[in-house]
Amino acid sequence: MNKRLIYLDNNATTPLHPEVIKELTDGFNLFGNPSSMHFFGREAVNKVDWAREQVALLINAEADEIIFTAGGSESNNMVLNQFLAAQSTGERNKIVTSTIEHPSVLETVKELGKEGMETIFIGVDEKGRLNIDELKKAVDEKTALVSIMYANNEIGTIQDLKEISSIAHKKGALMHTDAVQALGKIKVDVKELDVDFLSFSGHKFYGPKGVGGLFIKTGIKIGPLIHGGHQERGLRAGTINGPGISGVGKAAEIANLELNEERVKIESMRDRLEAGLLNSIPDIHVNGDKHNHLPGTLNVSFPGAEGESILLYLDLEGIAVSTGSACATGSLEPSHVLLATGVDIEYAHGSIRFSFGRFNTEEDVDIVLSVLPGIIEKIRSMSTFTPKDIMGNAEHREPILNPKGAE
Amino acid sequence: MGGPDWVYTETVKDHFINPRNILTDEAEFNADGSGTVGSMACGDEMLVAIKVENDIITDCKWKTYGCASAIASTSMLSVFVKGMTLAEGYKITPADITDQLGGLPNHKFHCSVLGDRALRTAIDNYLEKQGRSNPFKGKTAVMICECKEVTDQDIEDQVKRGVSTYEELQEKTEIGTVCGKCKDKTLELLHEYNHLYGGTHA
Repeated sequence: MNKRLIYLDNNATTPLHPEVIKELTDGFNLFGNPSSMHFFGREAVNKVDWAREQVALLINAEADEIIFTAGGSESNNMVLNQFLAAQSTGERNKIVTSTIEHPSVLETVKELGKEGMETIFIGVDEKGRLNIDELKKAVDEKTALVSIMYANNEIGTIQDLKEISSIAHKKGALMHTDAVQALGKIKVDVKELDVDFLSFSGHKFYGPKGVGGLFIKTGIKIGPLIHGGHQERGLRAGTINGPGISGVGKAAEIANLELNEERVKIESMRDRLEAGLLNSIPDIHVNGDKHNHLPGTLNVSFPGAEGESILLYLDLEGIAVSTGSACATGSLEPSHVLLATGVDIEYAHGSIRFSFGRFNTEEDVDIVLSVLPGIIEKIRSMSTFTPKDIMGNAEHREPILNPKGAE
Repeated sequence: MGGPDWVYTETVKDHFINPRNILTDEAEFNADGSGTVGSMACGDEMLVAIKVENDIITDCKWKTYGCASAIASTSMLSVFVKGMTLAEGYKITPADITDQLGGLPNHKFHCSVLGDRALRTAIDNYLEKQGRSNPFKGKTAVMICECKEVTDQDIEDQVKRGVSTYEELQEKTEIGTVCGKCKDKTLELLHEYNHLYGGTHA
């Protein structure tokens, strides 16, 4: 096996940037409670203020439009749960989202449905792009919120958020986006996208885990998810995580300076892997949108080879990836995102996501290309079916508009 | 590879990396009996092919589409089934296979269920081809939990190994953890097997 370990699972989480590690270490020494008035508190709160400005700069927001939370899932829960109270007034009791959201949106919306809100899950096409006609039909004067992710974590497809926001706003609904996968990877501009809420997470762009946040557009009144303190304008009780927030601030500062340059480098590695795989392994299928995708995300189906087996053979070679196979997650169903795009179930079970980050190198691509063809050949030689047995199925299957995961 | 423990035991790893007895050429092997089981919804499918002489399984080859534990468990089955009588082969349980592998994570248990079922299907197929009556058929496993693929034989086997409550059974097999429709039937069987094998909570 290779001596070096290759990390191609950056959509799951990213390694910390060395400068972030330094910022965190320094931050741990600023132990004061940022809410305290004395010197120790002021020293800590200055760092938090600086971090807030860095994040605001990254998304073209004002600093006082950002609140920090414990991560993307909390931010998503916070926004979605706002609308439960509105439901009792009888007006605007509808939430519109998509079938390919992160579970922290999908499951929360399902819970709201159980509480009596009307919930609609809009489907996607074979590339993972939201069905805009469906959205237009679904959004009406009863719609309180439209929540659509900016970029998908599994297949990388980027949505036309500007258009989606305008559809929501035309009917007077608020617009939320889960931009966890987009921040630090592609340009995110809340004014241009015209969103009212935007969730983000630090550990997806070289910051620490357990820290994320929410953009709330000026003028929009919302209440807390966690009660019991005045922190974060009274919207998020709990002692402020000074060190973690400074770490996210540093990650945002780096992204502000280097995003464009990194984007080009990362995309070229991803594209070279895609071309190399298509060239060296027969009967494979690239999932997602060929043109509008996250620069570092490549999702490929290898029919006839099951995803967990591919993942573990790669692991034995020191290469870390993830899969949409049901086996690997312990769930009964493979990736709800891939099924929503209408791919055949064999293609979903045989899917592998390679996600690049700033610490990958061209050599990583070479190593994957040198070992993966042999792995796929070996697994396919044991399989009960060949790609030819199931080919043709994928093209004829209609995308599932309301998959089981999103009922 | 150094570092943290691997996801499976060393035996599973060995059979995953070096699978034994893969069926590469069906015509050349010329099986006396074969059977395929599995569900594409779960992402596992398994074919077992056997050669039989004087009611002894003399050779066993296989193909599997599935995860590492599915591959390793079929490989392991193909090794230890050789030399068994048809009657012995028919009685192999999922737990027999997992024991040989040094254990599997609980949520992976259903993968190895496929091996014994595929073997029984292959034996049925052999007897049918021979035009013989099937003395084992009455004892064929009945699927109780469709979601997690747990059969009455799996429940019986767990009770023999000391499981007596529904909760313990769920811990071992994940039975009834998805739709839960099978709970009544499972409790009935648990009661029956507890009665037979001396469980104390029945």
